[in-house]
Amino acid sequence: MTADRLAVEVVSAIPGEARLAMRGDVDIAADEALAAAYAEASGTGPDRIILDFTRVGYINSTGIALIVRLLAEARRDHRDVVAIGLSDHYREIFRITRLSDYLTIADATTPVPEEAAR
Amino acid sequence: MTALTRPFRRLRGRSAEPVAETTATPAPAIEQPGVAVDIPESDPLFAYLQSAPGPVDLARLELTSPALDTLRGAGVALVVPLVTQGELIGTLNLGPRLSEQEYSTDDRRLLATLAAQAAPAIRVAQLVREQAAEAAERERYEQELKVAQLIQQQFLPHELPQLPEWQVAAYYGPARVVGGDFYDFIDLGEGRIGVVVGDVTDKGVPAALVMARTHSILRAEAPRLIDPGRVLARANELLVPEMPPKMFVTCLYGVLEPESGRFRFANAGHNLPYVRTPDGVIELRATGLPLGLLPDISYEETTGTIGAGHTVLLYSDGLVEAHGPDRDMYGFPRLREEMAPAHTGDRLLDHLLDDLHRFTGPGWEQEDDITLVSLQRSPGAGAWSEEREVPITRDQVPLPDAAGTRDVAPEPTTEPLLAFSVEGAIGNERAAMQRVADAVAPLNLEPARLERLKTAVAETVMNAIEYGSQGNPEVPVDVRVDADDTVIRVRVTDRALSGPVPDAEMPDLDAKLDGRQKPRGWGLFLIRHMVDGMDVHASDGMQTVTLTLARTPEGGAS
Repeated sequence: MTADRLAVEVVSAIPGEARLAMRGDVDIAADEALAAAYAEASGTGPDRIILDFTRVGYINSTGIALIVRLLAEARRDHRDVVAIGLSDHYREIFRITRLSDYLTIADATTPVPEEAAR
Repeated sequence: MTALTRPFRRLRGRSAEPVAETTATPAPAIEQPGVAVDIPESDPLFAYLQSAPGPVDLARLELTSPALDTLRGAGVALVVPLVTQGELIGTLNLGPRLSEQEYSTDDRRLLATLAAQAAPAIRVAQLVREQAAEAAERERYEQELKVAQLIQQQFLPHELPQLPEWQVAAYYGPARVVGGDFYDFIDLGEGRIGVVVGDVTDKGVPAALVMARTHSILRAEAPRLIDPGRVLARANELLVPEMPPKMFVTCLYGVLEPESGRFRFANAGHNLPYVRTPDGVIELRATGLPLGLLPDISYEETTGTIGAGHTVLLYSDGLVEAHGPDRDMYGFPRLREEMAPAHTGDRLLDHLLDDLHRFTGPGWEQEDDITLVSLQRSPGAGAWSEEREVPITRDQVPLPDAAGTRDVAPEPTTEPLLAFSVEGAIGNERAAMQRVADAVAPLNLEPARLERLKTAVAETVMNAIEYGSQGNPEVPVDVRVDADDTVIRVRVTDRALSGPVPDAEMPDLDAKLDGRQKPRGWGLFLIRHMVDGMDVHASDGMQTVTLTLARTPEGGAS
């Protein structure tokens, strides 16, 4: 199995919200794609960033670092971050690393409630 | 007549029921008085009786219900539901009238009135009895806690060793619910002192008994075997067969030679000691599985010299895992930071405890035992310290087992499940991960455990590529997978081009988000959380990381 380079589509269908629909692997090779996607999403001035992992098959420690960096930027910009579409395994990793303390984890199939997104 | 009371949402008939006696009225005896009749809530009869307006004639009832069959079989002809506040709390079960006539309208009205008046009283009696049972259970629990505390405190040292040129300090703070911490100092002869800090998983009397047993084993084996790795291996060997399910013991055991300052230790899954030196706080490393989990475990040793003015701190989880008002943890980075200022002996421990209380705030209920042991070498510890003192160094020595023939890293002689090499190029860890996953597929690991193994393998191979091969495709990384009935072992061997892997800084998400730590540095952290054991062995220009994962949750971390 070879690495599947990350592609990110920024969807701004809902006012105040930007969804980063990722497809591929979140690893060191995802650095530029993720940074560019956050910059593009920021252009619409959203209050909330949705990280959509539904089509992500693999996240490693370097990918965790990218998410930490994105989270730091979002905090700086006073934006909430919500993660959707995470498998149970990656939910556990988000819990162990305490990422789940700083972002909201939600199911991909249910709308993100306002209060859950804080 | 039988009244059925309802413990735990089930209906059970007991003719000797005290409540039943008080509600009994002269009535025809049923054929089998005292037969237990359970009416589960799932039985259609339960719902029927709960909504029935009065006594129910079983002969006319058409329901597919096992409970109904049982009642009929027991000779019950009429059931009077006892309902209070909409809840069915029991029934009055009557057999046929002695006159062989049917129950009259007056009979039924009388019974309905009786049931309406008796039901609330019976419910009150039930509640009183439930509360009495709960109070008795609480009392039993408190009593067990006291016993556990007595056992535990019995085995704590009554005095600290008096060593010239050294200040030894210890603190033990039990949580209300005893957490199983222990520490000990063992006289090993020739001036040497064995130092133990440990923690038994679980709480209460079982944990206290395991702690007592571990204490006794260490007391017996340490003076005989001396070497920390051998002592822990022997303790593990003795504990494995008698360890209760889901329990194990983390333990750090070291041998201090006070004259030279030499400190040799091995670690069975316990917190790693910190050493404060003039150049900062250093974490000493030695890895090994907790005691009592798996048989045939070796423990690596780390040796260092405690210089003049240096302080070693051994500590249990209770400190670093204490939660603040916002549920954040005290954590390792804060401990290191607070340890850095030059406090001595007792004052260091007092300082740490003061800081802990600042962190937790008032009204904190201690969640786990807290144990702290500090060994400080006096700043002016003889002329030796000036000339021959060497800083603490990692000196990881694979230990022979009791027979002196085996160590951690050499490959086993049995046929591996899989052995292969990948080029040392970033990204190849993904393929290595999948090959290992395919190889262990026939072992039918739980999906969650398989995912954990995959993540650990990917991270280990990635480290090997990044450091051991320095990203050079021509420098390979070897992977070998072995499995027996209980565990899977994955060995990842690299060419150690970067030298030994440096001790990784403990990742602290708060610090990373604030920019005080770099975002990266999660690899070793993830590996340690994903598998049950991680051992590092370096020799002849190669470094091997061995990952151990129990095949079932019962055999290791869940």
